[in-house]
Amino acid sequence: MSNEWPLWEVFIRGQHGLAHRHVGSLHAPDAEMAVKNARDVYTRRNEGVSIWVVKAGDITASAPGDKEPLFDPSNSKVYRHPTFYDIPDEVGHM
Amino acid sequence: MTSAVKTDAALYELALRMGDNALILGQRVGAWCGHAPVIEEDIALANVALDLIGQTKMWLSLAAEIEGKGRSADDLAFLRDGRQFRNSLLVEQPNGDFAHTLMRQFLFDAWHLPMLAALRQSSDRRIADIAEKAEKEARYHLERSEDLIIRLGDGNTESHARMQAALDTLYPFAGELYTADAIDADLAARGIAPDLGDIGAAYVSYLKGALADATLTAPWDAAIRKGGKQGLHSEDMGYILADMQWLQRAYPGAKW
Repeated sequence: MSNEWPLWEVFIRGQHGLAHRHVGSLHAPDAEMAVKNARDVYTRRNEGVSIWVVKAGDITASAPGDKEPLFDPSNSKVYRHPTFYDIPDEVGHM
Repeated sequence: MTSAVKTDAALYELALRMGDNALILGQRVGAWCGHAPVIEEDIALANVALDLIGQTKMWLSLAAEIEGKGRSADDLAFLRDGRQFRNSLLVEQPNGDFAHTLMRQFLFDAWHLPMLAALRQSSDRRIADIAEKAEKEARYHLERSEDLIIRLGDGNTESHARMQAALDTLYPFAGELYTADAIDADLAARGIAPDLGDIGAAYVSYLKGALADATLTAPWDAAIRKGGKQGLHSEDMGYILADMQWLQRAYPGAKW
């Protein structure tokens, strides 16, 4: 059995209304401490307005080997990419 | 009350007391950098230390300004001798084990926050401005130290025993933080600083609740260990200053 605290993935929402972005990971005994540690490790320079932490073990990830079947087919189909629209400036970040 | 205490002299003392508490605790906590039990704690402790050093700079700059002898915050930090420091005895106590470091921090933070909150109402604008900036940091420091002493006090047998031992050793030093002398009374009478008795009553009542949550019992009736505020320090202070000041003493005026 490991005596290490569990690993947590940290997501921070920046100042500009963008979505939470993965910034890194850290160890903590529970979720509350993970948020506190995340504040100290990742947000000391005004980086964010909101922190999410998720136990690394609770994330289900795609396998690197599945890269081709999952992602390659979409590249050849230009209509899947929303590049044919003019976005008004007022919309801001999308 | 005491008309012998001049406005500027008392103000100077207040800025020194606030600044020296932050400076000496910041120096103590900073010594954990690279040595904390886990890297997350290492970073958190270094952050607290840096917050305190930042506050020191504001308080000691103000003290230097009030003194009006052309000294800087750096001069006050690095070129004063032990007897001229006005920090409480609590903050100069050794780091000891992690429990002692955390308990010292908790006992300080729990006083620091209400003290700064009250200083925001100071009749002296400069004091109120510094207090407003420092209060936000102190609020986080207390949130963190309270959480940790409750977790470890109410943790396993060993963590509980260590936290209780730290509390037994350090609690007698807490009283100095809210024991008023003639300078404090003069500052309170003029609305520059709060009545320390009020801060003390709120402090002790808060401690009772938080320490109960941590399943710890303070030696409430222990005699108060004091003297630091008047410049009478423990032996530890000399070692702290030797560490902190040796460079400016060995190479006067050195800059980088």
